[in-house]
Amino acid sequence: MPEKINTTTRPDRVTLFASCMVDQLTPEVGESTVEVLEYLGVSVDFLHNQTCCGQPAFNSGFRSEAYPVAERFIDLFEKVDGLIVVPSGSCAAMVRNYYVDLFRDNIQLTDRAKQVGERLFELTEFINQFFGNSAVSGKIKGSVTYHKCCHLLREIGVDEQPIEMLTNIDGLDFTPLERADVCCGFGGAFSVKMPDISSAILAEKLDFIEKNGSNTVIAADSGCVYQMQGGLRRRGSDVQVVHIAQILAASIKNVTTSEVKQ
Amino acid sequence: MKPLTLNFRSKAALTISDAQIQQSIEHVYTGFFNGRLSAADNTPDWEDLRTKGKAIKDHTIAHLDYYLGLLADNVEKNGGSVFFADDGEEARQHIIDLAYKRKIKTVIKSKSMVSEEMGLAEAMNDAGFETVETDLGEYIIQLANETPYHLIAPAVHKSRADVAKLLDDDYKDGDPVPDATELTMLAREKLRGVFERADMSVTGVNFAVAESGSIALVTNEGNGRMSTTVPRVHVAVMGIEKLVPSIQDLSTMLRILIRSATGQRISTYVTMVNGKRKYDEEEGPEEFHLVIMNNGRQKLLEDPLMRESLNCIRCGACLNACPVYRKVGGHAYGWVYPGPIGAIVTPVLTGLKDASNLPSASSLCGACHDSCPVKINIPRMLLELRYRTAEGSSDNNERASSAKERAIWKAWRMGMMGRRRFDIGSRIASIAMKPFSRNGWLKNAPPPISGWTSTRDFPAITASSLKSRLKKRNRGSK
Repeated sequence: MPEKINTTTRPDRVTLFASCMVDQLTPEVGESTVEVLEYLGVSVDFLHNQTCCGQPAFNSGFRSEAYPVAERFIDLFEKVDGLIVVPSGSCAAMVRNYYVDLFRDNIQLTDRAKQVGERLFELTEFINQFFGNSAVSGKIKGSVTYHKCCHLLREIGVDEQPIEMLTNIDGLDFTPLERADVCCGFGGAFSVKMPDISSAILAEKLDFIEKNGSNTVIAADSGCVYQMQGGLRRRGSDVQVVHIAQILAASIKNVTTSEVKQ
Repeated sequence: MKPLTLNFRSKAALTISDAQIQQSIEHVYTGFFNGRLSAADNTPDWEDLRTKGKAIKDHTIAHLDYYLGLLADNVEKNGGSVFFADDGEEARQHIIDLAYKRKIKTVIKSKSMVSEEMGLAEAMNDAGFETVETDLGEYIIQLANETPYHLIAPAVHKSRADVAKLLDDDYKDGDPVPDATELTMLAREKLRGVFERADMSVTGVNFAVAESGSIALVTNEGNGRMSTTVPRVHVAVMGIEKLVPSIQDLSTMLRILIRSATGQRISTYVTMVNGKRKYDEEEGPEEFHLVIMNNGRQKLLEDPLMRESLNCIRCGACLNACPVYRKVGGHAYGWVYPGPIGAIVTPVLTGLKDASNLPSASSLCGACHDSCPVKINIPRMLLELRYRTAEGSSDNNERASSAKERAIWKAWRMGMMGRRRFDIGSRIASIAMKPFSRNGWLKNAPPPISGWTSTRDFPAITASSLKSRLKKRNRGSK
């Protein structure tokens, strides 16, 4: 596990790293993240020239293509003061746990990456550490379950905390998902490169989701959200999958889960 | 065993569409995986044991020459012989020579993955020695003329009806399926005679102990113990990494091995062999031979980024935890070792170019790392091998990426190196995908997204990125 910043002081200002997927595919997750943070009294800066942490190419083995993109990420984010929040355990894991591998031939860059990594938090990790799991105590109607995204769980170490956040919200009927900690089969480029295997893993996940009976599945990483929602849509299922930031934001506004835009 | 790693994709697809195998293989999760979890829960010092296990293996592998020397000396002191084999062929030939010289007729084998590397049972049968697998799963696999599906459960993919067909010549489709006890009794009857007439045994080694020159065997069927006591010649085979320095270390390793493999606190049998029968003993083999095989492990040893894979104690926990293994099955991996550990050692031992699909076939979920009793960081090594396949290494034969793939990632990098390009790229993609998009989702998309949309809808790229939305938002609030 990476070292965590040793502070209990609640930050009143953070910088958002949206992640390329949220930026391009589901910007509403980014907006929800901003709304939740502002609700907690944290003002949010957004660097307008951010793009990607480099993980897609790194995970595919193309380190020489990932390298300059990751270096660019460090150049950008080392200039900001305070903490960085990203609504993705996977991107957080890339920066905190894998930049050391990517930059292994460059000590200076590795050190700079470590310094940025120590200030970078995944959204639910950030809420848990500085505000507690009951800090967002809104109201929203709906039956929900929660899927534990792999990198958030195993690379960042956030396990049951998001579930505590959800069960603290008024009006949510929560049913634990069987095998919640088994992968949904996303795996980034793997989902496109080996669709048959990725989909076979997904099918098992979707069977458990349908068996669970909740109308809404909540997850904390966008790739997993697309994978599960894309599979459910193809099955003709009405179950929706949403990012946890969207549910937390919606609860502040006191709506129903069906009003959360996918 | 000849590697067939090139066929990974097609074999995986076959298994995915085989409902019976999918049902059988589910046992590795409901049985083994859950068993390990509850065993770990009931072991208060579980995490300490894993840390200790890792430290023992790290230390042993770091001083491998010393401990192998110590082991060999002590085995010889106990009256045994030691043979170091460079590869499978040399090991196989040595064992066949031993059998010839002693006029052996019947050989009983207990489970050993190293002997699978050698292709030993087949070679010995071909050489005229009746050679029979005595582990029930291995016996079934031998009758079916297949290779093991799983490190500790070689026939896990077989249904009871499959097994009945193999064990009972009179069994026909549609007959009532015998239960596990009946099937075991059938196998026992067939094997009993073989045990009685066997004059040589070949067993694996779960751990060799350097300080005492002993070997430990972990089994649940008792076939291992019969193999080490009944025939007059006992040959044990092991990889160069399969040893621990001391008896105390053995105790730690047995605790984590057995819990990680089956969830048991201890297996039905743990057999310690200190070599051949001593002059004042009435039972036991007259000869004990230890064959220590390298077979490419040197490459792992000399590779600092892959060396940790030699810490593996072959418990199978990573297979049970792996969502990919549980769908593609053991045969897809194309060589002796399936699952996550196979995906890292097979490419190095048999050639990365042909096996390049193995490290790619992972969602990098990390369940293997989490479940490994000695904490081998398998995802990190998968990533390293992907790097070598994609961009080559010092060994140019290792590069397996296509020109198209390289071009895609180059274009990706160019798009990510500036926000203007990122935005323009999004806009172009959004326009290109518009004809395919309905209600914000795509049912089919052009390559490279077509792989996704073959089975899932894909979210359409948004017309207004987060950047533009937040800009609007800030203008509104100011």
